[in-house]
Amino acid sequence: MSETTPEALSEDPSGAASRLRRRAAARSIIDEAPATRVVLVALAVGFLLLFILLPLVAVFVEAFRRGLDHYLASFADPDTQAAIWLTLTVAAIAVPLNLVFGICAAWAIAKFEFPGKSLMITLIDLPFSVSPVVSGLVFVLLFGAQGLFGKWLAAHDLQIIFAVPGIVLATVFVTFPFVARELIPLMQEQGTAEEEAALTLGASGLKAFITVTLPNVKWALLYGVLLCNARAMGEFGAVSVVSGHVRGLTNTMPLHVEILYNEYNFVAAFAVASILAGLALVTLLAKSILEWRYGDALSRTRLY
Amino acid sequence: MSLVATAAAPTWRFKKPSALPGFGITFGFSVVYLSLIVLIPLAALVLRASGLGIGGIWRVATTPRVLAALETSFGLSLAAAAVNAVFGLLVAWVLTRYAFPGRRLLDAMVDLPFALPTAVAGISLAAIYAPNGWIGSLFAPFGIKIAFTPLGIFIALVFVGLPFVVRTVQPVLADLDREIEEASATLGATRRQTIVRVVLPTLLPAVLTGFALAFGRAVGEYGSVIFIAGNLPFRSEIAPLLIVIQLEEFNYAGATAIASIMLLISFLSLLAINLLQGWSRRRFGHV
Repeated sequence: MSETTPEALSEDPSGAASRLRRRAAARSIIDEAPATRVVLVALAVGFLLLFILLPLVAVFVEAFRRGLDHYLASFADPDTQAAIWLTLTVAAIAVPLNLVFGICAAWAIAKFEFPGKSLMITLIDLPFSVSPVVSGLVFVLLFGAQGLFGKWLAAHDLQIIFAVPGIVLATVFVTFPFVARELIPLMQEQGTAEEEAALTLGASGLKAFITVTLPNVKWALLYGVLLCNARAMGEFGAVSVVSGHVRGLTNTMPLHVEILYNEYNFVAAFAVASILAGLALVTLLAKSILEWRYGDALSRTRLY
Repeated sequence: MSLVATAAAPTWRFKKPSALPGFGITFGFSVVYLSLIVLIPLAALVLRASGLGIGGIWRVATTPRVLAALETSFGLSLAAAAVNAVFGLLVAWVLTRYAFPGRRLLDAMVDLPFALPTAVAGISLAAIYAPNGWIGSLFAPFGIKIAFTPLGIFIALVFVGLPFVVRTVQPVLADLDREIEEASATLGATRRQTIVRVVLPTLLPAVLTGFALAFGRAVGEYGSVIFIAGNLPFRSEIAPLLIVIQLEEFNYAGATAIASIMLLISFLSLLAINLLQGWSRRRFGHV
């Protein structure tokens, strides 16, 4: 992407000057006039700053509005601590599940030929095209009081909706495709030759996977896990539908943000939000580093 | 073992023979897990919807309040996706073509709406655009309210949709062969003509894809909208919120009906955009 950027002019001044002249001459054909460039860059930067950066800045400004003491005091609330704990628990269950699924699905889809493969890829992507609210709704229709299994669950004194299992299910649903869709295209590009070579040399299937496949996809795997984790911790709509909003019990951090906000406890709401925003920033940073440093080791065909 | 098997009989087999092991267990696990987490739950929705019948769904859909919410959701999503198509293209263009300080930082920033939890974006946008917020207070003296009106919903939808357009256009723009532009220029086209007649048509399919993705996301968006929306029935109530309200009243049938309508309309609009995209791909070639 950066090939077109002008390099620093390090050589003798006359050479640099002639290079600049040549570049200026080239610009006249397939580049915009300098004034147009400035206007376009200003428009794009202005738009990004206004629409994207400002909301991020506002989170931290609002969180520290009444000083550090108030900010820190927000986390002394046991309900807030319970929400943080629940979010970590849910992510700790959902991410490994989808990680194992992602690896299995990628192995089966990328390394073998079977009919219905593209249908399976489409089905894996399905949760991305479903509204978060609908993602929650489907579990209510299954396990809610009037759902398909509602009576049976009530008779056996089991609760899924308005309890932690429902939150985990909804989170697993919305984060379902992240790891798989990162691995599948990459492993398809890489083919099966290296694994076959390992098998010929006497490695077991598992050993071939651990010593050959895994190193080939490790950065893509990390990339998928990062995005999966960010969504798992930040999911709001789907979790909101199944949670029941019981303070201290079924409130994840995003849901707790909502409750605090609706109670006009803005500093506390933004304090909890600032942790989630911090998580988003760390995710973005790690993601960007992976893209810059290991871009070749990531899948080239990625659709969001 | 597979050698003998392939030589023995030309019988139909599900999987093509391969030297690699582990197909059975990984495929089996994937299918079971996919069914349990995604397919069975979605089938429950289809089952419920078919129980209501087309008449039942239609009755819910034509309730004035539901109609108003669907109109708000789809209308504002279209508007936001259109704005995103224009500014997404501009941002992709500037990030790909021009070098300026801070470009990489801005490039990374584009993904923020993907990474920032929707509830966080929601309360933050509501705070900025409220009448006493940073931007809201600039407009308040003129009697323009942004937060708690449809305009606020629109802003939130622009926020969540932007990365879709930028990230679909960017790779196409980067792969664009600049010799085509040179050819156009040597044939006497002005820069403006080259861009309008040569570059933009090539980018059109990607822009449409981005538009479709942004639109799809906007229609279903919940977290970043409800805080800034005001949620007044008939005015600033979105369809996903109506589903939540129905569920809170344990009206599963109503919630299912609205969800089915939303899925149906999204499906139809995506189909339309796909056809349009297919057309422009045939018309202008390229990705």
